[in-house]
Amino acid sequence: MATAAITAERENYLNQEYGIKSWLLTTDHKRIALLYLLSITFFFFIGGFFALLIRLELLTPAGDLVQADTYNKLFTMHGQVMIFFFLIPSIPAVLGNFLVPLMIGARDLAFPRINLLSWYLYIIAGILMLHCMLTGGVDTGWTFYTPFSTAFSNTKVIEAGLAIFISGFSSILTGLNFVVTIHRMRAPGMTWNRLPLFIWAHYATSIIQLLGTPVVAVTLVLVVLERAFHLGIFDPTRGGDPLLFQHLFWFYSHPAVYIMILPSMGIVTEIVPCFTRKRIFGYKFVAMSSIGIAVLGFLVWAHHMFVAGISLYSALIFSMLSYLVAVPSAIKVFNWTATMYKGSITFATPMLYAFGFIGLFLMGGLTGLFLSALGIDVHVTDTYFVVAHFHYIMVGGAVMGYLGGMHFWWPKISGRMYPEALGKLAAMIVFIGFNLTFFPQFILGYLGMPRRYWQYPPEFQVLNVLSTAGSTVLAVGYVLPMVYFLWSMRYGKVAPANPWGASGLEWTTASPPPTFNFDRTPVVDWEAYDYEHIPAPEEARVAG
Amino acid sequence: MLRHHFADMEQQRQASSLGMWLFLATEIMFFGGMFCAYLVYRYWYFLDFAAASKSLDIRLGAVNTAVLICSSLTVVLAVRAAQLGKRHGQVVYLALTLVLGLAFLGIKAVEWTSKFKEHHIPGASFHFEGAVPGHPDEPVDQRHAQIFFSLYFAMTGMHALHMVIGVGIFSYLLYNAWKWRYTPDYYTPLENSGLYWHFVDIIWIYLFPLLYLIDRKK
Repeated sequence: MATAAITAERENYLNQEYGIKSWLLTTDHKRIALLYLLSITFFFFIGGFFALLIRLELLTPAGDLVQADTYNKLFTMHGQVMIFFFLIPSIPAVLGNFLVPLMIGARDLAFPRINLLSWYLYIIAGILMLHCMLTGGVDTGWTFYTPFSTAFSNTKVIEAGLAIFISGFSSILTGLNFVVTIHRMRAPGMTWNRLPLFIWAHYATSIIQLLGTPVVAVTLVLVVLERAFHLGIFDPTRGGDPLLFQHLFWFYSHPAVYIMILPSMGIVTEIVPCFTRKRIFGYKFVAMSSIGIAVLGFLVWAHHMFVAGISLYSALIFSMLSYLVAVPSAIKVFNWTATMYKGSITFATPMLYAFGFIGLFLMGGLTGLFLSALGIDVHVTDTYFVVAHFHYIMVGGAVMGYLGGMHFWWPKISGRMYPEALGKLAAMIVFIGFNLTFFPQFILGYLGMPRRYWQYPPEFQVLNVLSTAGSTVLAVGYVLPMVYFLWSMRYGKVAPANPWGASGLEWTTASPPPTFNFDRTPVVDWEAYDYEHIPAPEEARVAG
Repeated sequence: MLRHHFADMEQQRQASSLGMWLFLATEIMFFGGMFCAYLVYRYWYFLDFAAASKSLDIRLGAVNTAVLICSSLTVVLAVRAAQLGKRHGQVVYLALTLVLGLAFLGIKAVEWTSKFKEHHIPGASFHFEGAVPGHPDEPVDQRHAQIFFSLYFAMTGMHALHMVIGVGIFSYLLYNAWKWRYTPDYYTPLENSGLYWHFVDIIWIYLFPLLYLIDRKK
């Protein structure tokens, strides 16, 4: 306890400077991570608000709460906010920003001012998006499909497109910063094969951000130009081709799914060895599977277009390539389970989220295989089966991992412990709420309920009521951590430098870390996940 | 000069350089989307594209190509002057680069103005006179010609926007070179901006044959 008290009084990145200016003009990656944390949490609850309205409308078969037009706007803005303003920046910009330099033993990211610039770009994009939503919104679906978006929609397509264009720059700058940092800023002895797998996952993510985002950027520019000046590139009445739009759009937007899930996989790969007290099984395979997912992820985009009119041969090839993505994904799942085998497992909150991730990602991934099979895809295209599938990946996978990571590194970020019992309770509520919300949607979709309609035949009501009930449970599960994280900042138990007995350089410095991360540049002479040589702390035992 | 989070100047220089190359990779992907659209439509509407391409002014395009290649040379010479610590050389070559960059934009403006007069700007008043190559009786499909010009303006417009940004950057560099801020020990901004300028140059080196030259032989 005495050492803890001393730790708390040390100068750290939180108490070194005070005042709004010290935050808005900071170039410290840890403070920028917190700026991002606040902003993405804000957008998460906006996106969640739209989701709850959607679920409320679907409580009854009739379209009684909102009109069809409003409903179109609701699911569009839910998708755009959640994808571009929450999921894509979520883990990289918050936990990645905070942890990448700490994990590789650097004092900051390679370009601290560009890091701050990326946050400002995000905020500008966010304000534009908010303005767009408050002054009428947009109804094209998050995919901006042409020619509806360029020739027919009467909503604010241009403004939403520009907002997402700008947020793309923010995402590119984050990715660029990570790649350069990982290449050039590693501490002495931190070789590529000693990097935490969280870093490998972020490296793969950054590559996608760098190579994919510019393509969606130019696509949105063309959409905006076409809408404003009637260019005719995507408009069939002018000789243009809407399929070209879909190709260009999904060239980014399919890999974007891996921008959302890869960092989460990185988090799970950190949590599992720590709470099983074992080295990760097959380090190099897990590392390479991240790169494999990033590379293969660029070769599967047209599986979103099987029924859009692409040729059978290209559909066959894209179907086969989509199956291939399952290989590196399965390597990860097998290696996590192999790591747990004969491990001494502690059921602490982060580990509960990791378990949740593995189970839900498995279901999301396997249903992905259903969808990449040409025959089944025809049956379930644009039904709730697809909705359930990608929510299992993005919410069951990405958000579970994000929450697990937030709990795992919260002691490092804030210097305080969150209340463990409440943490476990919230994790259980999230898991139950999630499955209650989205599992019925698999059945609904298989029975033929199409997505994006505000009404449905009465025989679908029971499953829809279950789903709506689940979404309120899920909402409680998401609000709860926010409340106790805030509570713990003042009243939580003071965290030691390494509360979990975890490996990794970030745990060798104080909690919260000093502004320049390490008192002296660390020298690494041990392998990653060296859990045979790290004693499990008493705290983690008690927590279990 | 050494920022706090780097160990030494070499690490700092390498980080900046890698960052610039990665940024250029994103730029390639950005233009790549438009090149891809161009390829698709050229394949589909081959004859209409050939007719539209022939209407572009090859002399202005060629002069602009020469102007840009010369500007790349002056950029390299400016970087060399910085490496040798010659302030005068830097200032002269950067100024020349700016002049050449502005000349390119001026010629481009002349070209676009003539497009405006010929009603080759996509939109309500678009009109393209002419017959399909090899078939003098068959008029060019207006919609397909319009797609050619849509892509022409999107690609050369985006390129020109990059040139404008480049002119801004090089004005800043010129000011700093005047103030003697680049030395043989520190000229990273000059080097990285030079990479950017060469990239914009290379995009034009692809645009010129694809838009102007490719259908000239018939």
